Amino acid sequence: MSDPILLRARGLKNSRSLSTYCRLGGYSALEKALSMTPAEVIEEVKASGIRGRGGAGFPAGVKWGFVPRDTAKPKYMICNADESEPGTFKDRELIVVDPHMVLEGIALASYAIGANTAYIYIRGEFVDEAQILGKAIAEARRKKYLGEDMLGSGYDLDVHIHRGAGAYICGEETALIESIEGKRGLPRLKPPFPAVVGLFGCPTVVNNVETLACVPHILERGGAWFAGIGTERSTGPKLFCVSGHVERPGVYEAPMGITFRKIIEDLCGGMRGGRKLKAFIPGGSSAPVLPADLIDTAADFESVAQAGSMLGSGGLIVMDETVDMVWALENLLAFYAHESCGQCTPCREGSDWAVDIVRRIHRGQGRQGDIETLHRIARFASQGMTICPLGDAFCGPISSFLEHFGHEFEEAISKASSMTAKALPILPVQSDRELFGL
Amino acid sequence: MTEPMTSPLVVASPDEVGDVTFDRSMDAQIRGILKRYPNQDAALLPVLWLCQDRWGWISPGIMAAVGKRLDLAPAFVEGVATFYTMYQRRPPGKYLLQVCTTLSCQLCDTSVLVDHLKQKLDIDFGETSADGLFTLVDVQCLGACGEAPVIQINSDYHTDLTVEKLDALLERLAGQ
Repeated sequence: MSDPILLRARGLKNSRSLSTYCRLGGYSALEKALSMTPAEVIEEVKASGIRGRGGAGFPAGVKWGFVPRDTAKPKYMICNADESEPGTFKDRELIVVDPHMVLEGIALASYAIGANTAYIYIRGEFVDEAQILGKAIAEARRKKYLGEDMLGSGYDLDVHIHRGAGAYICGEETALIESIEGKRGLPRLKPPFPAVVGLFGCPTVVNNVETLACVPHILERGGAWFAGIGTERSTGPKLFCVSGHVERPGVYEAPMGITFRKIIEDLCGGMRGGRKLKAFIPGGSSAPVLPADLIDTAADFESVAQAGSMLGSGGLIVMDETVDMVWALENLLAFYAHESCGQCTPCREGSDWAVDIVRRIHRGQGRQGDIETLHRIARFASQGMTICPLGDAFCGPISSFLEHFGHEFEEAISKASSMTAKALPILPVQSDRELFGL
Repeated sequence: MTEPMTSPLVVASPDEVGDVTFDRSMDAQIRGILKRYPNQDAALLPVLWLCQDRWGWISPGIMAAVGKRLDLAPAFVEGVATFYTMYQRRPPGKYLLQVCTTLSCQLCDTSVLVDHLKQKLDIDFGETSADGLFTLVDVQCLGACGEAPVIQINSDYHTDLTVEKLDALLERLAGQ
């Protein structure tokens, strides 16, 4: 395995201090970029081919290019540190290990789009991490890497931290913007896209922590260098966060295109207790589940999509042969039912009804027709039927669990007592709790 | 990694936060928050955080005072405060046990910890133990899945927990 790039400081003493960061070459990319034009910075990032690490995989340089240059309005840069996708914990690692790498990325992105104010939106639970970032900002300001007249270039940038307060949906960029504006985190209709009408009605770019952490390296060593890592269309190094039934769960850095087998068997030391792999979720809980025989799939955007799932955030959840897939789907759907913002009917109702049905099947009270109903919900709440992708996020698991592990659901239903099954109506989640004495 | 020593929450009684005014230090902090944004509506989340740090929860009286200070309708403030799960709308115990119950933690036996906690403290989710020390809540993914199972106590993460580790931890907290 090649030397780590993003996690190069992991394990070093005082890895998060400014002096350590500078000793490893930190902030030299910023110095270099401030002598370039913003357009040149964007070109370099475009040349790297880097795609967003938050889940959607949109090319970051292209996103920056959408910001209008000739507007009188202020522009905003937002770093999305609302890491809430189940199975994802890489941004936290980056912040804890090397906060200045993230800050330098924010400074470079802000300069490229012409923003003088940047916000870091960090999930409310990350209290220590917000403090780490706050300290790093103060340190960087003292050395003129942030603040007024950065490094004597005449460019000013203020970076503020905005803490979330417990809402998965605020990881969606327009909900995040609403949340900074002091509102409930309800996603906005697009278009207009944030690059044109974003925070406070002004052009805004939202990038994930990991995406931004790649940017200093791209500027320092060149877009072509970055594009040479990974695969042709999924470039660069990627952080994979592995959780569940492996010997050594954690955050690992590897070039895009490494296989899931290598991640699980080599990096994570194989399955816990020597058990057999049953299934894995390759990119955070919203990514469709894949069965064990697809373990040789390469972890890049195209290969995972071809296998029927998505690379998403790189959050790999590993399940061994002991896992009851009806139970696992119930757990995931409970998450989405809880986190749906309630704005769009298909998602609000669909997620509640789906968890209700799967919970009923799991409790041994499934009915004939339940699987068809789940398929219907998945059709009715996905693919553009909702404002944001949360609809797709819970339908992907439904469809994929049924596709690969449908027999477990059928078996649970066929074992259910026909008496109870007939006697029980389908009810929303809250009533369901009372009914089953949960 | 050594586990942090979590300090107890300062929790105001409902009477103390029935009718709220901001003292000089809090008002100075609010003015500091307002400087970060081009309009004062955006200060709502950070000001609610400030209040929760000060009083331990967000009472109706606090919402009214925040609305007045930021020139927002009381219903709007309540709408925001109720949307986000981390703003406590009832006074919690001194230690808020926030157990992650999402898949990665569940795969690593969180439910064993949950059963143990419920039995030991004789409470269900959403309840506070009789001695007023511990409030138990179930939360969604805490974003530390590699160290599952995870419980956040007040603001600190406690990771790779077992029943034994949890017992020792609760004992230390109860004793301080």
